[in-house]
Amino acid sequence: MTLADILAGIIFVALNAYALLGGADFGGGVWDLLARGPRQERQRELIADAIGPVWEANHVWLILAIVLLFTCFPPAFALLGTRLHIPLSLVLIGIVLRGSAFTFWRYGGGAHGDREQRRWGLLFAVASLITPLLLGATVGAIASGRLGEGGRGTGDGFYATYVASWLNPFALAVGLFALVAFAFLAAVYLTLEAEGERELAEDFRRRALAAGAGLFVAAVLVLVLALRYAPLVRDGLIFAAWAVPLHLLTAAAAITALVALWYRRWRAARLAAAVQVSLILWGWALGQYPYVLPPDLTIAAAAAPAATLRLVLGALAVGAVVLLPSLYYLFRVFKGRHPSSVIRHPS
Amino acid sequence: MPDLLAARSQMGVSLAFHIVFAVIGIAMPVMMVVAERRWRVTGHEIYLDLAKRWAKGTAILFAVGAVSGTVLSFELGLLWPGFMRFAGPIIGMPFSLEGFAFFTEAIFLGVYLYGWDRVSPRAHQWAGVAVAVSGAASGIFVVIANAWMNAPTGFEVVNGQVVNVHPIAAMANAAALPQTLHMTLAAYAATGFAVAGIHAFLLLKDPANAFHRRALEIALLVGAPAAVLQPLSGDLAARHLARHQPVKLAAAEALFTTQRGAPLTIGGLPDVATGETRFAIKIPYALSLLAFHDPQAEVKGLDAVPRELWPKVSAVHFSFDLMVGLGSYLALVALWAGWLAWRRGDLAHNRWLMRAIALATPMGFIAIEAGWMVTELGRQPWVIYGVMKTRDAVTPMPGLIVPFLTFTLLYCFLGVIVGWLLYRQILRSPDVPEWRGFYMPAGSREPGAGSGG
Repeated sequence: MTLADILAGIIFVALNAYALLGGADFGGGVWDLLARGPRQERQRELIADAIGPVWEANHVWLILAIVLLFTCFPPAFALLGTRLHIPLSLVLIGIVLRGSAFTFWRYGGGAHGDREQRRWGLLFAVASLITPLLLGATVGAIASGRLGEGGRGTGDGFYATYVASWLNPFALAVGLFALVAFAFLAAVYLTLEAEGERELAEDFRRRALAAGAGLFVAAVLVLVLALRYAPLVRDGLIFAAWAVPLHLLTAAAAITALVALWYRRWRAARLAAAVQVSLILWGWALGQYPYVLPPDLTIAAAAAPAATLRLVLGALAVGAVVLLPSLYYLFRVFKGRHPSSVIRHPS
Repeated sequence: MPDLLAARSQMGVSLAFHIVFAVIGIAMPVMMVVAERRWRVTGHEIYLDLAKRWAKGTAILFAVGAVSGTVLSFELGLLWPGFMRFAGPIIGMPFSLEGFAFFTEAIFLGVYLYGWDRVSPRAHQWAGVAVAVSGAASGIFVVIANAWMNAPTGFEVVNGQVVNVHPIAAMANAAALPQTLHMTLAAYAATGFAVAGIHAFLLLKDPANAFHRRALEIALLVGAPAAVLQPLSGDLAARHLARHQPVKLAAAEALFTTQRGAPLTIGGLPDVATGETRFAIKIPYALSLLAFHDPQAEVKGLDAVPRELWPKVSAVHFSFDLMVGLGSYLALVALWAGWLAWRRGDLAHNRWLMRAIALATPMGFIAIEAGWMVTELGRQPWVIYGVMKTRDAVTPMPGLIVPFLTFTLLYCFLGVIVGWLLYRQILRSPDVPEWRGFYMPAGSREPGAGSGG
């Protein structure tokens, strides 16, 4: 395992953290949009209270992954920025609207539940819906190897170069999968956040079970489309030596999550759901190893000079000493044993 | 609109928008921590109200800063893939460090905003300090990366390949110290005077209002010393330019010909065709004196490089004069206020001082924008000074006017909303009758106040 491999692994850990934490914040937006029933307002409050203290920190995982990517693998970053200009720009607009809308909603000083607040909530929710779809589509474009020279399909035109890689059934299915996975994570986490409010926890239990089933359907859809559109993913996910054990583990985690939800073991469900989504992500990573952007750009070929990689690794070690205890503190304060209803009124 | 111009415009709009929030994110936490500290010490509720208002302001502005900063980190690749392919390994390091600093800032801002009832007073106070320190650190790291673009070092180019990369040497580039010093001071000066200006405006109507008096005091405490020190760091920056980026200084000063005993040119209309600046005020020997601390020193003019390597002289010169003019105004007002405070005068009842401070409200931010115009426009046509042209860094993607217009509209929308929210949420006088027209000497303890939370 080379230094570049290690750094690629660390970047992927950051992406994994973003999916589990930032992803769940997106998922929270989805449930905000779908809030209904007698506890509609209470559901929205719970989501906002759960996201409030941590969403900025959760969001930084993405920034960390991006700066590490352009420091350690500059050609990969350059290629991504060029070929995926359009979906990434749309993702950015989504991120901007979502983050600002959430803050305006919480801090804007509109009266509780009034029309202005509802409008910000709606913008937050819609942006939460669209952003994961497009983020997933860019992952689909990468995984299917359509960013390489060979992946352009028909010709060199604008559509072939800048659009076709992400606007196709496979990439969009991956987008859908990401959206459902984030919604699933959020619903599972929210059962725990609702601790002490039985009916509210039940609301999110039902949603989590439905999203879990939806995730299965989305996974099948991705696999079927991969057979036709994404040979690299197909070969990686189905025929590699590690594929079967990995799939078994993922399936075990998925079943554990659903069973734990069924029996209302919220903590076990949260752990299993996080493991399940992480395993899926690592399946993608292993499937395309040693490529950072298949089929042309390997980790080794894209890596920055060793001097840079060594320094970044050192900085990461020092940074982790500051960061990890701080993160632990943040989550202990806000996600510890106290019910989140205490923080309904941020100051 | 040509794609290169669209890309530059989009980057410019994104930076100009983000810088406002980044700057407030650096300085506002300091004011909020000072206010909280005073509340804990004096027990007076005014300080708690101030700390909470400023924390609310920080929450809104930090969120917009965070998302607009995300946009920038992606735009480096979306608009300038050629630049990133070249520069990523060399200056990625400060960006990575900035990532960590930003992470720390986000974590402790979460603790601060939502932790009033959840963590101990001491932990809460320190969370605020952590936000202020990491905010300043992340700003410094990003400016170091920009400084490298102006004074690139820490690598060699052999046969078109980048070799011998030394990221630490790249961070320790010649422009790093003058730029980071100048920008950090600018952040405190601009934010301090913006807040002070708003409260000074309100004090003009109601000079005895204790809330605005306390707010003015803390804001000036942050803004005034920085404004006074800023000309000194500006001098450092100008002397750096004279040695390392002579073309930028020549453009800023509209100095067309290399000469000894160069004059300082204020205002006027630089004409690149004739090489003259009409209607300008010229102070003989002053530029040589400022740039090299020697009235006879030789200062390089624009004629030192071929015409195609000139930046847009009129824009750089105008921006430079604007920055210096506004910065000087802030420094003078800061000295005035400091002198009055030292003489134990009553600042809030000095109507001319209050008018002067109120007038200063937007000046620091305009000066910052103008200063970045000097730095960025003054470096053109280079993206990495002397190494890579901006036109060689831009993405091959066509139709860049579309994202440019989209992001511009998005930022206009956000700017209006944020302004309106701040007006409604932060700037209104608190409705506490006993604070109105009630003068409380600083440091006095109010019995029975300070119930907390």
